[in-house]
Amino acid sequence: MTSIPKYANVEVGTKLPSLSVPIQRLSLIKYAGASGDFNVIHWNERFATSVGLPNVIAHGMFTMAAAIRVVTDWVGDPGAVVEYGVRFTRPVPVPDDGVGALLEISGEVTELLDAHRVRVTLTAASAGQTVLGKAQAVVQLA
Amino acid sequence: MALNPDFIGRTYPSSEPYLVGREKIREFASAICDFNPVYHDLAAAQALGYPDLVAPPTFAFTFVFASSTVVIMDPDLGLDYTKVVHGEESFVYSRPVVAGDELVVTNTIENIRAAAGNDMITVKSSLSTTSGELVVITTMVIVARGTDAL
Repeated sequence: MTSIPKYANVEVGTKLPSLSVPIQRLSLIKYAGASGDFNVIHWNERFATSVGLPNVIAHGMFTMAAAIRVVTDWVGDPGAVVEYGVRFTRPVPVPDDGVGALLEISGEVTELLDAHRVRVTLTAASAGQTVLGKAQAVVQLA
Repeated sequence: MALNPDFIGRTYPSSEPYLVGREKIREFASAICDFNPVYHDLAAAQALGYPDLVAPPTFAFTFVFASSTVVIMDPDLGLDYTKVVHGEESFVYSRPVVAGDELVVTNTIENIRAAAGNDMITVKSSLSTTSGELVVITTMVIVARGTDAL
């Protein structure tokens, strides 16, 4: 298992390994079951388009969960995540075309804090557009 | 019609305890395609000093959301829940949630404001064990679209 990076070895601008997460309709059905969020816009295209959405859209909390993996994969121990917050700025449409959507996530250290903590700013994009705003985590390093 | 700002500061009765299950953690972690061993393998979690499987950082939202219906559906608040979307979410952790935790959620309306014809409500949820240890505080901003315009 990865060991937690040392505070002394990071600086503002340190980039975390990025991640691509494919999202298909099945991903959303699994997430609906696991989270208990059965909102129709996440699985029924007929309903989603009738309320003006481009297609079925991913749960915002699925995107939020996928994005923090850039941090937890980096540190290994998810207990190192002290704070995590996002704004949901744009939906992620997931077409039923055998391909689905691709979520591309990257992270960068943007602030050195006290007590060996750093702020990591995350970028999550799909189809070339960012889907989360102010996505930031405070991470306890060694 | 804008929502009544008198509801700012209102705290709702706490939820029944939610028992965090090992298999629920595994199911949730698999659903988000996260195969970090501490979410799946008891020995890996214990090797990092945890008593049981660790829940992914956003896992707690699943039962926070269920408990927040006391706010969203409060008839006196008057929110049109068919027009509600999730605007922001944040977590502040004292420690990670682990399997075996029995967590009680207490919801407080932290803020109500109107912006661009939408009502925005901030709900703060404290998650504590049944023995009173604070584990996580979550803050959710929900947006009720266009209630002013209707």
